[in-house]
Amino acid sequence: MSQFLQFLFSGLTEGAVYALVALGFTIIYNASDVVNFAQGEFVMLGGMVTFFANAAGLPLPLAALAAMLVTIAVGLALNKLAIGPARGASVVTLIIITIGASIFLKGVTQLVFDKRFHRFQAFSGDTPIRVLDATILPQSLWVLGGAGMIFLGLWLFFNRSITGKAMSAMAANRLAAELVGIHANRMMALAFGLSAAIGAIAGILITPITPTSVEVGTLLALKGFAAAMLGGMGSPAGAVTGGLIVGIVEKMSAGYLSTNYKDAVAFIIILATLFVLPTGLFGKAKVERV
Amino acid sequence: MARWLADPRRGGLLCLALLIALAPLVFPSGFYYRVGTSIFIAAIAVIGLNILMGLAGQVSLGHAGFYGIGAYATAIGPGSLGLPSWLSLLLGLIVAALTALFVGRPILRLKGHYLAVATLGFGMLIAMVLTNEARWTGGPDGITVPRLVLFGWVVKDQRAWYGLSAALMLAGALVALNLIDSPSGRALRALHDSEVGATVSGVDVAHYKLAAFVLSAIYASLAGSLAALSDAFITPSAAGFLKSIELVTMVVLGGMGSVFGGILGAALLETLPQLLARMQDFEPVLLGLIIMGVMIFMRDGIFPTLTRKLGRPSP
Amino acid sequence: MIIRRGLLAATVTLACSAFGATAQAQDKIKIGAVLAVTGPASFLGDPNAKTLKIQVEDINKKGGVLGKPIELVLYDTGSDPTKAKQFAERLIQEDKVIAQVGGTTTAETMAMIPVFEEAKVPFISLGGAVVIIDPVKPFTFKTPHTDKMACEKIFEDLKKRGLTKIGMISGQDAFGKSMQGQCKGVAGKYGIEIVADETYGAADNDMTAQLTKIKTTAGVQAVVNPGFSQGPALVTRNYKQLGMTVPLYQSHGVASKQFIELAGDAAEGVRLPASALLVAEKLPDSDPQKSVVVAYKKFYEETTKSPVSTFGGHAFDGMNILIEAIKRANSTDPVKIRDELEKTKGFMGTAGVVNMSPTDHMGLDLTAFRMLEIKKGDWALLP
Repeated sequence: MSQFLQFLFSGLTEGAVYALVALGFTIIYNASDVVNFAQGEFVMLGGMVTFFANAAGLPLPLAALAAMLVTIAVGLALNKLAIGPARGASVVTLIIITIGASIFLKGVTQLVFDKRFHRFQAFSGDTPIRVLDATILPQSLWVLGGAGMIFLGLWLFFNRSITGKAMSAMAANRLAAELVGIHANRMMALAFGLSAAIGAIAGILITPITPTSVEVGTLLALKGFAAAMLGGMGSPAGAVTGGLIVGIVEKMSAGYLSTNYKDAVAFIIILATLFVLPTGLFGKAKVERV
Repeated sequence: MARWLADPRRGGLLCLALLIALAPLVFPSGFYYRVGTSIFIAAIAVIGLNILMGLAGQVSLGHAGFYGIGAYATAIGPGSLGLPSWLSLLLGLIVAALTALFVGRPILRLKGHYLAVATLGFGMLIAMVLTNEARWTGGPDGITVPRLVLFGWVVKDQRAWYGLSAALMLAGALVALNLIDSPSGRALRALHDSEVGATVSGVDVAHYKLAAFVLSAIYASLAGSLAALSDAFITPSAAGFLKSIELVTMVVLGGMGSVFGGILGAALLETLPQLLARMQDFEPVLLGLIIMGVMIFMRDGIFPTLTRKLGRPSP
Repeated sequence: MIIRRGLLAATVTLACSAFGATAQAQDKIKIGAVLAVTGPASFLGDPNAKTLKIQVEDINKKGGVLGKPIELVLYDTGSDPTKAKQFAERLIQEDKVIAQVGGTTTAETMAMIPVFEEAKVPFISLGGAVVIIDPVKPFTFKTPHTDKMACEKIFEDLKKRGLTKIGMISGQDAFGKSMQGQCKGVAGKYGIEIVADETYGAADNDMTAQLTKIKTTAGVQAVVNPGFSQGPALVTRNYKQLGMTVPLYQSHGVASKQFIELAGDAAEGVRLPASALLVAEKLPDSDPQKSVVVAYKKFYEETTKSPVSTFGGHAFDGMNILIEAIKRANSTDPVKIRDELEKTKGFMGTAGVVNMSPTDHMGLDLTAFRMLEIKKGDWALLP
């Protein structure tokens, strides 16, 4: 039982991070049909900038704030300079652009900072908390709590605020949204900024547990993307569900099956689900116009 | 004469062959044969992927999986099974084709981003198996690959590989060019534009998608085998996500749907790291900028954009 | 069509000429270094690279070797053995180096060995596994202690503490796997029984699953973690997170302050075999190694402003051993240099005293390996 609980805790923590990344993907996709493969870099920047700002003397909360601002700026720049000029290009072209952006961001970060691993202090200490026979780090609770608040915040935003509803409208039908006066460009910028912020927060929360480095974004983006697909592209609820499922399945298979194939199990589940539900768990069936 | 040469299958390939034959005259050292070889090998995989992505319009983010199958076939065949390398290469093609056949049917029912994720997952699974089954594959840090022996001749020399891989690439390009202009090619283009429309016109969409998938898998497997044999070394990253992305980038950068574009894309992405080898700190920055720049300003890919500017249809 | 051909020709020619002429400067001594400056092994490769750069600069300032300056040809593999092999070929064919001090990891080293052996150019590796020099290959040498020695040193200490049943958790990279195998091989000699045997991937970020399994195995009195770079640091943190209290032993693959930085206060009490370099000033003055290690530590820390690590020390030793051999050979002929390398005797390096021979291409013995414990975030020498 203690083993199960232990795996569950680490699965939820990991899953929360995937869920945040998947959410980032979803928000941008909904506003612009772009799959942003640089999403993982937002997480990486959150962690890296916080570390270096902190090491340079800023107290941790300010360093984290600085990291968020930097990452948001990067997200906005990405939208303005890379995605904007490519308006109307094919889906694959846009994907390649974001891949190029990801490589570029990693390269710049590597030059500005360094190529090593870094972590900073956990927010409320490192003493593991005993729950029954398993242990959970205080930082894990921060991750879960932080993620939970973001989910709540986004739900309120999309369902209770005008701007949020405008973004949902963009996802439903871009042309119609524009026709009723919704500024597509502003929505896109907002989407990128929001995604960047979410990614940065994820990075800030997880770094005390899993050290960050220039390379951490890539695998996260991969898994986050897969999780978003599992949940159904375009569905925020799906993104969260997908992320948590991937995280938990990964840790459970690492514990009970084989640590070597833990990623395999997650992907097999995703593949199996897609074969049965070709648009993911919560995705809408796409209507193809002839 | 000019009309005969104007057909891309002959004129274009002939030009390319000429270039390849004459290029060594400007090589400052034997090392450049190596670079050429890696370009031709990558181009083989890219030509195949182009058939799937450019012609049939099905995105695959896991094609390095087939590349890895071909590569490790030439490592495991001679190493663990005692088979000669050329036979292992052929077996690799068969395994890749069968895998594509088996996996393709369910996967190709998915569309768009879902297809992308499914192929991604597939590629990752292959990479994981290769990484973990260390007894066969040597594990995450790779395995040495015995050299190819053709009729008693050990293919080791750079120049031999240069010629061999160039020849195979040109052959592969010829097949692809022929395909594009054939009824099958037209069927693929039809289903790319609209699956419903193609079905209504009598095209068996599922069958053609699968055929394109299998064919591109065979190309990728061949490329992987050649890479392993010429390097005499292979690691599981050959089947990994980054390799898959590299292949897709080569296709898109060069020009989706264009055979020569694919070759150009391969050449670009293979030579850039070499050019930047002494400036390694800046390599990702420049690479990222180039990719973004090319895609923003030449959104259909380099080759189609250039040929369009010169008023010629892209082959 | 002609235009198309012209375009392609222009591109190819441009690409070729942009490679630049490789100036065959006959008046420089070219030494290659293929290192994992980035990627998972940057933990080791970065100090490797920094050391070699400042060392070569220093040597050149003092007049070079045989009156000529050294040119260090350094390539970054990103920890990828395939790239290592390609760079190795580049070093031989393009750059025409007379020797290499490099190969940060065992994996990269093993990929490069065939290239250097075939070209008959000396290769001093910075990798850990014993398989690099056993069986002996004519042109391959190495400077770090082997994984086998690490196992023996750890087991020696376990025996001293009366501990016999251990659990192992090993990284799946070439070094971790090799050391796992070596430890299993020599366990019997020290009366050690391995009752739990787990592994993790080099890029994994959470080992709680494996550690939980070790924790719940009956009778485990200590845990040994073969591996290097960030994996062991995570193992150590997870160890503390799970509340495990039996002694934890690391290998010399973590012998850098970066380990302590990453593991945080979970590193307290962890023991590992490492060269005296880490505790340079704390050595008694009578220790024969003291002057060498203190000098290198000062040199490295003052020039690079970062804490010293044994990985930089191995690179330092490698380059010095090579320079001495070149001086003795009084020539830049790779084969002659190799012959002199085998005659290295009584060389005092940061890792210990080195005595090479045609059958021993490493030259270190167990005395050079010290047992350290991490106390209050710093290294402490155990008596």
